[in-house]
Amino acid sequence: MKPGIRGIAVNTFRESARNKMFYLLVFFGILFALSSKLVSFLTLGDAMKVLKDTGLAAINFFCVLIAIFTGINLVYKEIEKKTVFNILSKPVSRDEFIAGKFLGLALTMLTALGAMAVIFFAFVAVSGGGFDLGILLYFVMLYLELLVIVAISLLFSSFTTPILSFIFTVSLYLIGHVMWTYNEFKDYLAIPLWRAFTQGLYYLLPNLHKFNIKNEVVLGMAIDPWSVLFSVLYALAYVLAVLALTVLIFRRREFQ
Amino acid sequence: MKALEIKGLKKSFRSNFLIRKYNILKGIDLDVEKGEIYGFLGPNGAGKTTTIKCIMGLLSPDAGEVQVDGRPADTAAARQRIGFLPENPYFYDYLTAREFLLFSASLFNIPEKEARDKVAALIHRVGLSGHEDLKLRKFSKGMIQRLGVAQALVNDPDLLILDEPFSGLDPVGRKDLRLLILALREQGKTVFFSSHILQDMELMVDRVGIILDGTIRRQGKLSELVARSTQYVEVVCDRIDRRELARIHPDSTVRDNQFILTLASDADVNLVVESIIHNGGRILAVNPVKMTLEDIFFSEMTGGANGIPTSRSNGTGAPPDPATPGGKP
Repeated sequence: MKPGIRGIAVNTFRESARNKMFYLLVFFGILFALSSKLVSFLTLGDAMKVLKDTGLAAINFFCVLIAIFTGINLVYKEIEKKTVFNILSKPVSRDEFIAGKFLGLALTMLTALGAMAVIFFAFVAVSGGGFDLGILLYFVMLYLELLVIVAISLLFSSFTTPILSFIFTVSLYLIGHVMWTYNEFKDYLAIPLWRAFTQGLYYLLPNLHKFNIKNEVVLGMAIDPWSVLFSVLYALAYVLAVLALTVLIFRRREFQ
Repeated sequence: MKALEIKGLKKSFRSNFLIRKYNILKGIDLDVEKGEIYGFLGPNGAGKTTTIKCIMGLLSPDAGEVQVDGRPADTAAARQRIGFLPENPYFYDYLTAREFLLFSASLFNIPEKEARDKVAALIHRVGLSGHEDLKLRKFSKGMIQRLGVAQALVNDPDLLILDEPFSGLDPVGRKDLRLLILALREQGKTVFFSSHILQDMELMVDRVGIILDGTIRRQGKLSELVARSTQYVEVVCDRIDRRELARIHPDSTVRDNQFILTLASDADVNLVVESIIHNGGRILAVNPVKMTLEDIFFSEMTGGANGIPTSRSNGTGAPPDPATPGGKP
């Protein structure tokens, strides 16, 4: 890895790691995951399933929140506070800057998710459950989803304000989770042109639903390994495409 | 080969929904020799920072070229040899001074051990010893400026580009920075800095470029610019009757029982001096009063070619007001 990219990545990670908001969100993620025990007491049915279901949902929610909130500020803050001048005036290209920022945030998310995952595994073990490989796979898939969200928020952060970045990223996140409905919807369109357009949009928008294997994990259903492999490749391709677009936009930016 | 060479640099910005175009740089041509201190002088809004941002690749010029040591300025090889301090710098406030400098060094691919030694030396050199492990959010503006200078030196650059480096510094800080810049010249470094603080510039620059409204109005050695610009000649004398003096030269003032005659720069000074002596007077001094950098600057600003600026005298041959900075006795 180029030293410039590594330096920026480490610094980005350090920035997040010294942000109180980061710790607050990780803390609440863990708190809500642990409170799933309480929910399992109040619910009829398999207590372990309820614990896993609500616990994983809490971790998912707070990790997505961390990814969006950190990502939307990432480049914008550098430009707004002019700290970017200090980096881009050195032998660091704009492409390396974006790559470093993304990797730094990817490391941040790995740390946040890793901390929550370790505590959750320990909690499940204490509650009488064994080690579940499915849950580990769930966390891997969640991490891939977080990488896509981080890339998207980074893209918006490179050319617009945090508020608009938040609206755009959350919108894409929500759309990304109902893509299966969207796919069905396009079949009802009568006009071929509209159908083609909708089909194109389907491939363009992030299909985050692919990464959600919570039901399979909680209910103990079989997980198709090919589907998992496809999701991994999809995440990597999508992240690379979004980063390439970010770089193209960022190369043209003027710093007045 | 020049340390820095700018040819035909143009830059415009659009505003009002891209309707109106503002030409900020209208064709900048300047060159900086190796090993000199070059002062880039201009009022606010003249285009100093825009020029510097074009040099550093933070803005893309509409036209023109910028070369550093014969290489295009926007290449990594050129940047490797440049140290840059932006105007009103702001650095990551969650870092300590040491961490920030190490981060800056990492961007130049300086090995960590070497970087640690360099950073320790730089902290001492810019007068931040004892504050190296303090978070930058606790730094004053002057300390940030000192740190900015340190990060500009972290790669031991051949060319230093400093945008308003004296801004925010107290008199001690300004003096320290002046000495540091002079020491860097002694080491063979080239320093290009912008400022509107004339006093600092006059004390240290070898050459100066005056930018006004996006064009370079004057460029040259400070000593030559100043030497060419004799404003007027003062003749100080005493022991002469005032009426006699009035016949020799009508324009005189009295200060501490001494007469001060103000002659135009092209007047026959010898004739006046001889006449005074001939009439029993005593010559105490003959002072050619030259334009200061400030005078030259204001002369350019007010459109005067080489005339006596309004800030120093009234330009009618009357003596300058001793109370004004230019009213030298």
